[in-house]
Amino acid sequence: MSAELVTPVAPGLGTPGWVREHHEHHELGFLRKYVFSTDHKVIGIQFMFTGLVFFLLGGLMAMAIRWQLAWPWTEMPVVGKLLFPQTGRVITPEFYTMLFTMHGTIMIFFVIIPLLTGAFGNYLIPLMIGAPDMAFPRLNMIGYWAMIPAIIFVLTGFFVEGGAAAAGWTAYPPLSTIAGQGGQTYWLLALTFVGLSSMCGAINYVTTIVKMRAPGLTLMRMPLAVWSLLIAALLQLFALPVLTAASIMQLLDRVLHTGFFTPANLLVNQLNPETLDAAAGGQPLLWQHLFWFYSHPAVYIMVVPAMGMASDIIAVHARKPIFGYKPMVYSMASIAGLGFIVWGHHMFASGMNPALGMTFMVSTIMIALPSAIKVFNWLGTLWGSRIRLTTPMLFALGFVSMFIIGGLSGIWMAATPVDIYIHDTYIVVAHFHYVVFAGSVLAIFAGIYHWFPKMFGRMMNETLGKIHFVGTFVFTNGVFYMMHQLGLAGLMRRTADPYAYEVFAHLKPVNVFISICAFCLLGWQVFFAFNFFHSLFRGRRAGRNPWSGASLEWEAPTPPGHGNFDRELKVFRGPYEYAAPEVEQDFVAQARDLRAEVAESA
Amino acid sequence: MITRLVATVLLLLVPVLGVWTFVTAPANGWWMPPTVSTFGPDIDYLFYLILWMVAFFFVLTEAILVYSVFVYSRKRADKATFSHGNHKLELLWTGIPAALLLVIAFSQMGTWAKIKFRGNIPEGEPLAHVWASQFDWRFQYAGADGVFGTMDDIENPFEFVVPVGEDVLFNLHSRDVLHSFSVLEFRLKQDAVPGMSIPVWFNCRETGSYELICMELCGWGHYKMNGRVRVVTREEYDAWITEKQADLMSNGMEERS
Repeated sequence: MSAELVTPVAPGLGTPGWVREHHEHHELGFLRKYVFSTDHKVIGIQFMFTGLVFFLLGGLMAMAIRWQLAWPWTEMPVVGKLLFPQTGRVITPEFYTMLFTMHGTIMIFFVIIPLLTGAFGNYLIPLMIGAPDMAFPRLNMIGYWAMIPAIIFVLTGFFVEGGAAAAGWTAYPPLSTIAGQGGQTYWLLALTFVGLSSMCGAINYVTTIVKMRAPGLTLMRMPLAVWSLLIAALLQLFALPVLTAASIMQLLDRVLHTGFFTPANLLVNQLNPETLDAAAGGQPLLWQHLFWFYSHPAVYIMVVPAMGMASDIIAVHARKPIFGYKPMVYSMASIAGLGFIVWGHHMFASGMNPALGMTFMVSTIMIALPSAIKVFNWLGTLWGSRIRLTTPMLFALGFVSMFIIGGLSGIWMAATPVDIYIHDTYIVVAHFHYVVFAGSVLAIFAGIYHWFPKMFGRMMNETLGKIHFVGTFVFTNGVFYMMHQLGLAGLMRRTADPYAYEVFAHLKPVNVFISICAFCLLGWQVFFAFNFFHSLFRGRRAGRNPWSGASLEWEAPTPPGHGNFDRELKVFRGPYEYAAPEVEQDFVAQARDLRAEVAESA
Repeated sequence: MITRLVATVLLLLVPVLGVWTFVTAPANGWWMPPTVSTFGPDIDYLFYLILWMVAFFFVLTEAILVYSVFVYSRKRADKATFSHGNHKLELLWTGIPAALLLVIAFSQMGTWAKIKFRGNIPEGEPLAHVWASQFDWRFQYAGADGVFGTMDDIENPFEFVVPVGEDVLFNLHSRDVLHSFSVLEFRLKQDAVPGMSIPVWFNCRETGSYELICMELCGWGHYKMNGRVRVVTREEYDAWITEKQADLMSNGMEERS
């Protein structure tokens, strides 16, 4: 009988997990060990590789978008012949709408969420709480393998008649329900499977964190990364069913011609009469409500784990306890809580009742408060610290600097009268890229550099890492900062040709600058890719605790074997006891029993 | 040492270039075009109110970050300050932002209500029904009898002709997918939703021709779904309506007689 078949038992409820591992461990075949694995670490790494491959794909789509915006309807050099042979190496407006739709879809559902919750959630949670694995390892495996149909469906869209989904990642009906774009149906199926994957993960994370913490690890002794992943999992549990239901409703509208979202009496060019005959009585705004009821919390799923990880990395490399641990926890929780009552701020211009808009405005503006508290506490942590400017620390500091911009610009969008002007302009694009790219992606890089030694037993190269940081930081700002200016000038999102309007003709130099920075940003990632794969095989061997971290993952062997820990863990304190005066070193590990040490030496 | 210097300079460039970009942007035209509507200045005022508060906290927090990174990354043998937080500081940096955010929230309400609430929308019949469809705009006027949906309705494509200095009320419709009626100079934006008739109003203070932009993704031709709002004096408007009316009733033979 293999070890996976035994459900790990929560401490206090039966045999602790690590006891089981010692006498039931035996070698698994390659397939069971690395492909159809139930080990949370392997699944986490699977999510990471999948996410990074899609990151490249989504990034390449962004490059095509940037080419079009800087030099619309111009022959694309080098790759143009290969990609657009029928259209004279030029991106068509139809293909452009598919590009930004799929760029958004891939980056959100196949990169950021899988990397944060799938990769880091899986890898870190059991290690950081001292558990041998997830509560439901099989469900965890299903969680990863549900991504495969999602990947197949999302890519199939490009090869079906009518092309990939082209109604934006928000898929607003009736554009998404009327005929054409056969890929939209596949897009909806892909989303459903991504949802299934997230759900399997979320159930696991919540159960594991609630039931399987090592003895002594109270909730308020958990690392903030674990808190953030717990909060993100709760957001997914409560919000995701709504999106799944809405996706299925839209699928029914498309396939069975129901009328949930498609109103009566549409007159569409190039229409499919069958669709329109059947469609009646639907309400396009209903989709917007249901979609944003999930997708606004999804924004917090995409940033709260980044906050948690950055907090941990900052504490380790600043050699100082997190300033205001409890306010940090409460602010993340209130971001999540408020996150459920702010979705309407995406709909200020939609025709929704303006009185409702006013209430959504107040809740949205107030969500800036917990974000501000977090920034102040990060700064408080840095104050009086002893910073080691390692690569993960540089990326974490970059995250704080960039999150400030992304957080502050959100206030304009929340303020309803100001939003009348800036709604659907590039300032919105600037805002969410500062949060999700300059924020979350920098935190993901920080996380990879920080936990890579634990994952693979080798260090990443510091010099290459620092070079990677400098270029990434500079070009990220080069790409996204001036988008604020484009937005203030009124430039709308999702336009294939900004210069079709006289009022935007003078914005061309800005777009050219942004595009050049974008190409450099993608090119610069060569330093990361080389470092990553080179270190995987040739990197310096890492010890158990290369950064002198205090939390539990550093107690495990590097890399951790099946069952994670080679000794019984007991937790005596919080996760951030850096610079503690009672010992000579500058940290006290969570699982270090100081009393026993004193008794021994006496 | 090099890392320390580079990190400090990079983080310092964020607030320096960030503020510089915003200061120089208006001169380059990378900024809001001047507003010509009656509620435009109210929106601009609220934008600048938030801009100043945001700028203050941006510079403050980025400066503390730069200072901390520079000072505390110096190699030292001693340990960091052992502190888990400070209750008074937490209260301070919760209370002050909370108060400021409430001020921001409440200061928006009057303008929002003035522009959007049904009770504040100009009374009477709308001047026109505006119809959006992939990928053009049509403007339907009531014609001589003042009643919509009759034979003498005028339907004008592309150009929305309105009188200056008057409240212009129109009902916004879509025939197919979502669109959005947006004129930058008016600080006006409203989605058109199929199945809904949404009352929208503005009052333009200056005559001129302004670009009408569709701001909501409506398909492959979204980028070119433009129109015009031509704001003319009352006399010119009446003359234009009369001319259109005559055009409509004409059988094309009048000129010959």
